[in-house]
Amino acid sequence: MSEHILRLDDIHTDIGQYHVLHGISLEVPEGGVYVLLGRNGAGKTTTLRTIMGLWRARQGAIVFRHHDITALHTSDIARLGIAYVPENMGIFGGLTVEENMRLASAAGGFDDNRLQRIFALFPAMEKFWATPARSLSGGQKQMLAISRAIIEPRELILIDEPTKGLAPAIIRAMIDAFREIAAETTILLVEQNFLFASSLGANVSVIDDGRIAHSGTMPDLVADNELQTRLLSLSLDAHQ
Amino acid sequence: MSQMELASGPTADPARPDPARNGRVIVYGLVGLIGLALAFAPFLFQDVRAGQVAARICVFIVLVASYDLLIGYTGIVSFAHTMFFGLGAYGTAIALKQMGAGWDAIIVGGAAGIIAAALLAALIGVLSLRVKAIFFAMVTLAAASVMLVLASQLSGITNGEDGLVYQVPRLFKPAMKLMTDADGKVLKIMGVSMNGKITAYYFVFIASALLFWAMMRIVRSPLGTVLEAIRENEMRAEAIGYKVVAYRTAVFVIAAVIAACAGILWAVWLRYTGPDTTLSFSIMIDILLMVVIGGMGTMVGSVIGVVLMSLAQFYLKDLMQLAASATEGISVLPHLLEPDRWLLWLGLLFILLVYFFPAGIAGTLMKKGNH
Amino acid sequence: MPSGPNISTSLFDRIGGVNALPVLLMIVALPLVGSLSSWATLTFAGLAMGMMIFLMASGLSLVFGLMDVLNFGHSAFITFGAFIAATVLLALGAWVEADSLTLNFLALFAAIGAASLFGLVAGWFFERVIVRPVYRDHLRQILITIGALIIAEQLILAIWGGAPIAVPRPALLNGSIIIGDVAIEIYRIFAFFLGLAVFLALYLVLNRTRIGLLIRAGVENREMVEALGFRIERIFIAVFMVGSALAAMGGAMWAGYQGLISGTLGGELLVLVFIVVIIGGLGSIEGSLLGALMVGLMGNYIAFIFPKLALASNMLLMLVILLWRPWGLKPAVGG
Repeated sequence: MSEHILRLDDIHTDIGQYHVLHGISLEVPEGGVYVLLGRNGAGKTTTLRTIMGLWRARQGAIVFRHHDITALHTSDIARLGIAYVPENMGIFGGLTVEENMRLASAAGGFDDNRLQRIFALFPAMEKFWATPARSLSGGQKQMLAISRAIIEPRELILIDEPTKGLAPAIIRAMIDAFREIAAETTILLVEQNFLFASSLGANVSVIDDGRIAHSGTMPDLVADNELQTRLLSLSLDAHQ
Repeated sequence: MSQMELASGPTADPARPDPARNGRVIVYGLVGLIGLALAFAPFLFQDVRAGQVAARICVFIVLVASYDLLIGYTGIVSFAHTMFFGLGAYGTAIALKQMGAGWDAIIVGGAAGIIAAALLAALIGVLSLRVKAIFFAMVTLAAASVMLVLASQLSGITNGEDGLVYQVPRLFKPAMKLMTDADGKVLKIMGVSMNGKITAYYFVFIASALLFWAMMRIVRSPLGTVLEAIRENEMRAEAIGYKVVAYRTAVFVIAAVIAACAGILWAVWLRYTGPDTTLSFSIMIDILLMVVIGGMGTMVGSVIGVVLMSLAQFYLKDLMQLAASATEGISVLPHLLEPDRWLLWLGLLFILLVYFFPAGIAGTLMKKGNH
Repeated sequence: MPSGPNISTSLFDRIGGVNALPVLLMIVALPLVGSLSSWATLTFAGLAMGMMIFLMASGLSLVFGLMDVLNFGHSAFITFGAFIAATVLLALGAWVEADSLTLNFLALFAAIGAASLFGLVAGWFFERVIVRPVYRDHLRQILITIGALIIAEQLILAIWGGAPIAVPRPALLNGSIIIGDVAIEIYRIFAFFLGLAVFLALYLVLNRTRIGLLIRAGVENREMVEALGFRIERIFIAVFMVGSALAAMGGAMWAGYQGLISGTLGGELLVLVFIVVIIGGLGSIEGSLLGALMVGLMGNYIAFIFPKLALASNMLLMLVILLWRPWGLKPAVGG
């Protein structure tokens, strides 16, 4: 097996009085897209937030490369090279597209090369460069959130349900963009849209009730209809 | 939300008594004693000042408990509670002044005060309970301060800063003879004259007890359960399908009405209503201190908070006077121990309490290991 | 965010949208006041008062928007600022009375500077000791800052006593400029321009610097700012200190404006400051400026037209604006 970039070891997380994660263990290999699937409320978002330090794990360890990041401050985790695109995209609506991106660039300036590549991926970003982000469409906001995550070289990008509420045409464009991004970094993707997830992911884990219900390669899961139905029927029903 | 509660082991050790249960016994025992003391207050404490304290405690228990419905049970911070208290009091006072000292005046004026309080509460609630909690605190503070200004400026009706002095129904007048002995003089039982003072006190006491009982019923009703669900997790409650704003507004109106009732009792007891006895911001602060010291979200906590604070207000000053004269000559100490500075120490105590025992006295005693 | 009915919006926006409201207020007031010279005097008084309230409100609004902290102790900063400025002016009596513009201004700046410095230090202490332990817990936050307010008010009573203090005003700021039959107090002009300068400085910092970018982003979404690699607490404390310093500065200006100050001054102004923050919208200094100017103007016009309704008028203003825009005129974050 290849080198792991991120390892979760028996993570337990509580939110208030609710025990949400009951021992999540994951090994995310370097490069490509690793998908987390599961029903609503299974604990996918909580897993990402725990990695990012936005919720604290009560028990267990999170290791990024060789750093134990379990107890680090969110800002320090970010500075190690992990970007986070939350489910609500975390766009600053009162700031322009440029200002949103400028915040994410370490020195406050832009690497022209990277910027041009982002513009090539998402032409809308160039077009709306000086526009307040709140007036972007849902899809454009998602593009901005992703652009913001890749304006600096990042080693790992955590993305929470990027296709939620987007039109099919935009989702198709997203698939291409994600492929390109995943060629040079690692993406840990939370998804409900199985089609989107299966066309991108190399590896997959299914979370159910705060536990890992299944881990394996994406092609295996795609090929095994029975497994899919058992693991995901609920979420697919809920989604159609 | 912010504090993650580590799973505390259940305290089911049969060998040791459950500390939470012990705490409950202490709290309810204490509240029972207070209740008894208040029920027989005219006989137990016969000086005038003690009688004042007892009546004030009764009224404030209602006022503070109704505030606890908001802050403790619903998580709403309002600064308009004295406004509703004042509406009840002023309604009664103005009617007694204009219509004369009859029951009809109390009923008409009290009802007007209650209706005004309910309408205003509904308006404020609908208008600002949808947005942030902090926002609501600010709006209520602004509303309350305007009411205070109005009361002191509309002097034609309210007599401004001086307030209103008026007569109450004959039943409550000290000259009224409730029972007479063979000579036609006021009968004395255990040295206490059976006159209008007694009826006035028991009017206040019984009405307060009834209102408190009603509030106990409310928090134990399905409405109370919903409120607690909203307080614990607003999003979840909304997701389950509860109309959060509607419930909050309803509670706000209920609390306002009960506060107005407390105001009626206060107006009848004092035979005086002015900005300082009903509307002032320092009363609002008193209510806050009482509810937090006693224990938010526990009803019985408000009884403890009110009694402690009232005793402190009336008797701590005496104590500090002693301490100040005892420490005379020790640089700044007497300065800080001056009776007028008692709020300084209370403020400090309050902050420490909020930091370390946010559940207050009753909450802390009852909750130990009970979560 | 609901933005009012669409039909009226277009015309309303063409004349400047909510920014034009203070001007509209001035125009409406003119026929009601009746006399042009009274109107001009009231307008200048309202603008000056508005600017002083803006000083107090801007800090509260930013702290509120960025950290979600409603600091009742803010009124203590205002009162302390006023009393410290008064003390400095009393101590520098010779400079204050001197017939020299330089000495006058030195005394005034010393007073304002001392008050603001106190605000900075007290703000640091407050954030660290009082507020920090209860972030994100609104209820305890409100309770604790009220506890701190009680203590601060008692300290003011202990230090300066309960009796009102007369504040000497620098000799050259005492007069008025007379244009035609309109008299404008020089102190009001000074207050207006000081407020304007502070507004411009805040505006530039917020819109032209990286720290300003961080503050604006933090007002919208603290968590995301941290997820981008920044320590939001460091921004918090800086903003809290500046906000407290501005409150103390506002208090200092108010002391000179009123001439007679007492310990209840902060508490009385806090209500106005709250109204300003509410109608202006949380976390936006443009909103605070708009709200403050409207409150200042409204207060002065109504005090002239219907003296009894002065404070109630601002409440009414708040009510109307909340009905129209529940999140205020210019919120930093649309609801």
